[in-house]
Amino acid sequence: MVPLVALAAAFSVGALLIRSQGVNPAYAYESLFSYALLDGSGLTATLQKVVPLVLCGLAVAIPLRLGLFNIGGQGQFMVGAIGAAAAAYALRSAPGIVTIIVTMVVGVLAGSMWASIAGLLKAARGVHEVISTIMLNSVAGGLIDWMLNGPLADEQVPYPASHAVPGSAQLPPIGVVPIGLPVAVTLAVATAWLLRRTTIGFRFETVGRNRYAASYAGISIRTTTVVAMGIAGGCAGLSGGIELVGVEPYRYQDGIAASLGFDGITIALLARGNPIGTIPAALLVAAMRAGAPHLALDTGLRPEIVDMVLAITLLFVSLPLVVKLIFRKHAAKGSQLASSWGA
Amino acid sequence: MTQAESRPEAARGRPPSTEERVLELQGLSKSYGAVHANSDITLHIGRGEIVALLGENGAGKSTLVKQIFGLTRPDAGRIVIKGDSTPIKDPKDAIRRGIGMVHQHFQLVPVMTVAENLILGHEPVRGGIRLDLAAARMMVRELSEKHGLAVDPDARIEDLPVGAQQRVEILKALSHRVDLLILDEPTAVLTPQETDELLGVLSELAAAGTAIVFITHKLREVLAVADRVYVLRRGRVVGTVPTDETDAARLATMMVGHDVILRVDKKPSTPGKAVLSVRDLVVRDNRRLTAVDGFSIEVRAGEIVGIAGVEGNGQRELVEAIAGMRSPLSGTVRLGDRDITRFNAADTNAAGVGHIPEDRERHGIVASYSIADNLVLNCFDSEPYSRHWIRNISAIREHAIALRAEFDIRSASIDATAGSLSGGNKQKVVVAREMAARPRLLVAAQPTRGVDIGAIELIHRRIVEARDAGAAVLLVSAELDEVLSLADRVAVIHAGKVVAELPGDLVDRAEIGRLMAGERPGVPPTDHRSDGES
Repeated sequence: MVPLVALAAAFSVGALLIRSQGVNPAYAYESLFSYALLDGSGLTATLQKVVPLVLCGLAVAIPLRLGLFNIGGQGQFMVGAIGAAAAAYALRSAPGIVTIIVTMVVGVLAGSMWASIAGLLKAARGVHEVISTIMLNSVAGGLIDWMLNGPLADEQVPYPASHAVPGSAQLPPIGVVPIGLPVAVTLAVATAWLLRRTTIGFRFETVGRNRYAASYAGISIRTTTVVAMGIAGGCAGLSGGIELVGVEPYRYQDGIAASLGFDGITIALLARGNPIGTIPAALLVAAMRAGAPHLALDTGLRPEIVDMVLAITLLFVSLPLVVKLIFRKHAAKGSQLASSWGA
Repeated sequence: MTQAESRPEAARGRPPSTEERVLELQGLSKSYGAVHANSDITLHIGRGEIVALLGENGAGKSTLVKQIFGLTRPDAGRIVIKGDSTPIKDPKDAIRRGIGMVHQHFQLVPVMTVAENLILGHEPVRGGIRLDLAAARMMVRELSEKHGLAVDPDARIEDLPVGAQQRVEILKALSHRVDLLILDEPTAVLTPQETDELLGVLSELAAAGTAIVFITHKLREVLAVADRVYVLRRGRVVGTVPTDETDAARLATMMVGHDVILRVDKKPSTPGKAVLSVRDLVVRDNRRLTAVDGFSIEVRAGEIVGIAGVEGNGQRELVEAIAGMRSPLSGTVRLGDRDITRFNAADTNAAGVGHIPEDRERHGIVASYSIADNLVLNCFDSEPYSRHWIRNISAIREHAIALRAEFDIRSASIDATAGSLSGGNKQKVVVAREMAARPRLLVAAQPTRGVDIGAIELIHRRIVEARDAGAAVLLVSAELDEVLSLADRVAVIHAGKVVAELPGDLVDRAEIGRLMAGERPGVPPTDHRSDGES
């Protein structure tokens, strides 16, 4: 309910903005979505973007179960992609299938490791994950700049970029369906199952709901923190790897990450932390991203209008979260008062 | 204590006349849901008098002062301040009418200086807008000289020791005209030296005419400074006595109660081999002060050992150390032949220890989980409730259905959230969970606190049944009745040590009262005010 209200509100504010540019909002939205969902090349682009967005959404949604806010999906995606690029370059003469598998594994591990740094800092020193993941995003940026201008640089191209993945390891879409789509959907379903049906998920949920009861039950808050961040980073890293082998130009270059990691936050919040919910949420965001250039051509609006609508969506969708946080603090205080009456 | 004795004799123990009464409570009642936090409380305090509100956690002390300070409204009854019975609207109104309150958790801004903290809310200004810090400093010096509370106006709060922070808090309360000063567990965070200093300050304030109400569960403090003491128990005033007509032992007995004798049907115990052996255990509390100080005890199979004592004598830390939730400083905890001293909570549980925690809401349950999930909180990771990391939902549900019936958990279904249950039913969930695994050792801390009589009977019966089935039970309770009716053996704890072990059926309450107050067995009671317990 909350996500729908937030979306409606954001689209209404967006409509006012579009109106102010002298364009009919209904026409603009129709143009945006009809291209993104009904046009062949538009749909290809949309589905292409759904893959990393679902995975980056999961990277935020999983830690959210424990009450951790992973802002570092962007950095984890980038590190996963560059790790995959390095692996693909190292295995450039290996058979394609080997390159693909190793590339994916390296992508997952790289992203997972990157997020685990934040998890370990939190577990060992209590460093707030919002701070550490934001800073790790910047560190990832610097690291990749150096790699693209040094060890991984492809001298053949006039801008900083890695070598392209060898042709045998490239996985173009089949029709309009990108190869990563079934992977992303499966992973979202698997995550839902992990949270609901496994003891790992039970640990996550217990820590998120009552950390005192968790430690009483012998659940290590430190270990679950590191594990959850590790899994989250693995999702983002995998999405970096898939992007590298599945999307043109099959190499790491500037802009590959776009704002995927940050869109992941919007998606996770729209999905209210529900892994399955990331699929429709990612589809919506992907459609808007994919349709933006067409919208600009069709109506003369700046494509950034889509950024604005998405930003407003994030704002509205996080409002109840903020309200709830405040409310929960009050509730906690209330129950404390109630349980310690007379203390 | 010397300060206490320097107080003018006139102020001590003399009941004030009605004209002098600063505060009078008439039939005050306050309930939270089904729990009667305060029932029909009547008390009074006069100018220059120090009154202690003594009672265990949950006795209703904080609720009472919250009403006096306008933080919450009474359901019934009147609060009369200096003859004026207009209801108190809010804390602001209370302050205006001459009431000051020092909260248990300080309300200070850590990064600001003492002077800045004291002027918050009524800052002196110069030329309309400029903050006049010189005036603020002056005010602090005047206040601190007037009341004999030494503080440096320019010190930052976060750099000050806790005792000094509390002085600032008291000064803050006194920066308005205060006829009645309320202190909520003022010594809970203080070291013994700081406590003595505070007690001296209170005596001097009272000598200057301020009426003081202070909340505590520490007998020594009551006897050291208070003129009169009101003893609260389960929301009621169970007695009021001038401190020079009582002693620690009698106060302890009043606190833990002797009105209802709960008799539990049980056969004599037939103890087997030692299950729990605690030797020379030393545990520190959250303030890093020694709470458990060389504690030793043995609990055998088929026996209930009760720990009797006034709350705050190390019981909580003892239980947490045994249950693996707190690392002891030294000493050993053995379960049968295994050394479990360094085990964490999960390993301790796996080794066969069930633990009913003292704080049900905080540790015992996850309020937003279903009853079924709460019932596997301690065993979700083992078969049949999970296999290879996969939770077996049907096993979890069957477990819940069986326990719900066995422990008479009153709920719509096993899918209802634990948070929706009443206190007694929440506690049944905890007890059911901890006893379902048939632990070799059951550690039960305050197993019936705040629950209804029906649940009390059920929980007591289950504990005895567990004993009869061969479990060792360590029972820690603030209710002496509970300890005496359940335990086969009673160990009295004082200042983190066992001061006496007695057979459960041959206990003289007065004797236990003396022991809980820290007296050696067999020694007749002495005047505590001069003797103290230090």
